[in-house]
Amino acid sequence: MPDRTALVTALHGAGWHPAAWRVAGPSATRLSSLRHWRDLVVEQDHAGIDAVTIEDSFTAGPVDATGDLDTSTVVGRLDALLVANAVAPATRAVGLVPTVSVTHTEPFHVATGLQTLDHVSLGRAGWRLQVSPTTREAALFGRRPGGEATEHLFAEAREVAEVVSRLWDSWDDDAIIRDVVTGRFIDRDRIHDAEFVGEHVSVHGASIVPRSPQGRPPVFALAHRADAATFAVDAADVVLVTPRPGPDARSGLEARPALALVRDAEQAAGADRARPVLADVAVLIGSSAGEAADALAALDAAAGASYAATSDAAVLATTVPALVEHMAELRALGYAGVRLRPLRIPEDSTAIARRLVPALVTAGLRADVASRPTADLRTRLGLAPAISRHATEGVPA
Amino acid sequence: MSRGRQVHLAAHFPGVNNTTVWSDERAESQIAFSSFEHFARNAERGFFDFLFLAEGLRLREQKGRIHDLDVVGRPNTLAVLAALAGVTEHIGLVGTLQTTFNEPVELAKQLATLDHLTDGRAGWNVVTSSDAFHGANFRRGGFLGHADRYTRAAEFVELSRELWDSWEPDAVVADVTAGRYAERSRVRDVAHHGPQFDVVGTFPVPRSPQGHPVVVQAGDSDEGRDLAARHAEVIFSLHTEFEDARAFRRDVTARLEAVGRTEDELLVLPGATFTIGDTQADAEEKSRAIRRAQVSPATAIAFLEQVWNRDLSDHDVDGPLPTVDPDVDADAVSRGRVRHVRDPRATVREWRDRAAAEHLTTRELVIAVSTRGGFVGTPDHLAAEIDRYVQERASDGFVVVPHTNPHGLDEFVDRVVPLLQERGVHRESYGDEATLRQTLGLPGTITRRRAVPA
Repeated sequence: MPDRTALVTALHGAGWHPAAWRVAGPSATRLSSLRHWRDLVVEQDHAGIDAVTIEDSFTAGPVDATGDLDTSTVVGRLDALLVANAVAPATRAVGLVPTVSVTHTEPFHVATGLQTLDHVSLGRAGWRLQVSPTTREAALFGRRPGGEATEHLFAEAREVAEVVSRLWDSWDDDAIIRDVVTGRFIDRDRIHDAEFVGEHVSVHGASIVPRSPQGRPPVFALAHRADAATFAVDAADVVLVTPRPGPDARSGLEARPALALVRDAEQAAGADRARPVLADVAVLIGSSAGEAADALAALDAAAGASYAATSDAAVLATTVPALVEHMAELRALGYAGVRLRPLRIPEDSTAIARRLVPALVTAGLRADVASRPTADLRTRLGLAPAISRHATEGVPA
Repeated sequence: MSRGRQVHLAAHFPGVNNTTVWSDERAESQIAFSSFEHFARNAERGFFDFLFLAEGLRLREQKGRIHDLDVVGRPNTLAVLAALAGVTEHIGLVGTLQTTFNEPVELAKQLATLDHLTDGRAGWNVVTSSDAFHGANFRRGGFLGHADRYTRAAEFVELSRELWDSWEPDAVVADVTAGRYAERSRVRDVAHHGPQFDVVGTFPVPRSPQGHPVVVQAGDSDEGRDLAARHAEVIFSLHTEFEDARAFRRDVTARLEAVGRTEDELLVLPGATFTIGDTQADAEEKSRAIRRAQVSPATAIAFLEQVWNRDLSDHDVDGPLPTVDPDVDADAVSRGRVRHVRDPRATVREWRDRAAAEHLTTRELVIAVSTRGGFVGTPDHLAAEIDRYVQERASDGFVVVPHTNPHGLDEFVDRVVPLLQERGVHRESYGDEATLRQTLGLPGTITRRRAVPA
């Protein structure tokens, strides 16, 4: 684990609060433009944020009480994997972690798309693995009824994670030989078929993409309850949890038991290493606690509902010093860091980049951006390099 | 300024067949983004209409093993095009994407995203396949009958257009006073029930700058040409010889008229290589050297095996053609590539006659018969040829297929493009904030097209 707290920013629409678009200014109508995304991610990159996640779904947005598309909030979105690829050339060090669902998609396309992101970003790709549980998403594909049990969706997702991992390992680092004498471009003994036959998905051949800089980009998964934690430990390198503040927790687990959920799952799975765990926290950052609380109250009033009452993650209307303190506490409990969900974009994402990061440096929780070398995303997250499953073939145990 | 019909040029990123000379000393990585960036920036420097990318869904095989003599490995098409959106400003970005191993809502979402990210420069080369070889990498395997390939493709394109049309251009209002981000009445839910697809719900992406990305079609079969006539705006054709190109264009025009479209609505761009020399003799010498590099002894054997459909690894390529007959009954030795030889016995007869008449060794014969669509000459000659094809309606321009990656386009841009500009048939700047459809000079609005009953 790196000797500093990891900081990931979760980008989503005009911010995580459903009324955030009302205070976003002109950017509210530019959410589909490259310029919007590039400006956002470049700002995080310059500040030395470890990674940004980009949310995605096949739905156009949330539904209202009648089940119809709720147009009082942001609707419409871009494909997160493509957004990540598009901002990659403009950024230098930040990890790019799009959400890519595994429920209705082809594992082969998922694998090659993320490998390409890793090539384009020179080793900064990550994958937020998600399932698509809703019947609305299923109806847009029309291939299955939807509404399957979580157990079924996780079983399928496990297979997809496994086959994607195999595809990522299918080319050895040195498969391309360009041997002019024999006329061979590759050494085909160094390319391995995935040969995966599962109950839900099967993929026979090797990836079409040569091994990417990280080999296997780090996989992120959310673990908000026991079955999800078990899945995350099986399929992911980095686990996101959603601890609620105590002692007035409306529901869910406080920070200590939320982390324990993952550690227990690791123990049950016989895992040989502890995964970095990040606490998801939704934040509105003000210049004083009172101002932040007022701003959140105004957003809640505009939305006609309390966001904290419906959010899966803790919602903090807070200040930079208080957030630094909260992150130090989480760090002391054993969290690798946080994934912050800015309630307002760009206001709170800018506050994270320009005000929170310097305060973390001052507090000794992060190194100064100038003194930090560029590294691939696995290294930044304290993960060991991904050694190919084929690397030790032929070597006696 | 303009002295004739305008030439449209597309730049084909060097592919995974033996056209690409990877042994060239300046050749660079086929996967590094720097290669794509160099290639795209050069195409944009030469005011090309669009960059064209093929797609890989399985590594090619020869005799049950990965074919190792050509470039192997490439990026995911959509992902690398999105990255190119970030380093280009004007050039169209066209990707080859399957209708067989994708689902409409996902691909339509990705294409609409690409169109947003490029401010309206996205294009889609619609391809189909049905074979179990590619299918083995996908959920449903080789699920589609050969005859259904184009049925699915046509319904796929129609449904995609329905999805792209479901958001009105002014649906996002961000009206703070009324508390409405979008006008619900301007976002239509789709309810499509067809033989291939049942899709119900709200499309996730707001209408993109072009509404519909430009649709390209490359199949040469009857069904492919019909699909193009109904749905495509650009055809990437194989017909480069002048009279053949004209005949192809006439054929396509007739098909267009049959479905109520005019020839201005569809551009025909043959794929071709251009070998440039200081003199004609110099260019021809260069071309011979390139051909020998493209057809190494091992590649000549592999080429024979694809036609003879049997193991010929012991054959001497500097001697005459094999005396054995092709095996027409066995499974194909070559998998994952488009077959161009339909009747192997007749082809072999023809080649033997030609080799005897011209005193060609096996390798020389392979070089002679595998040369397709090549223009060879001085910059002046090449510019004049391109101009002639366009003015005399054999084509609307070309898809330029370079021999090397990533520098293969540089010389064409440096030496041929200026001459086309002097002739007044190639742009000297891009239109202000032009979409790909505008750059191509195609009609501005695409309305949904329905297949015409047979």
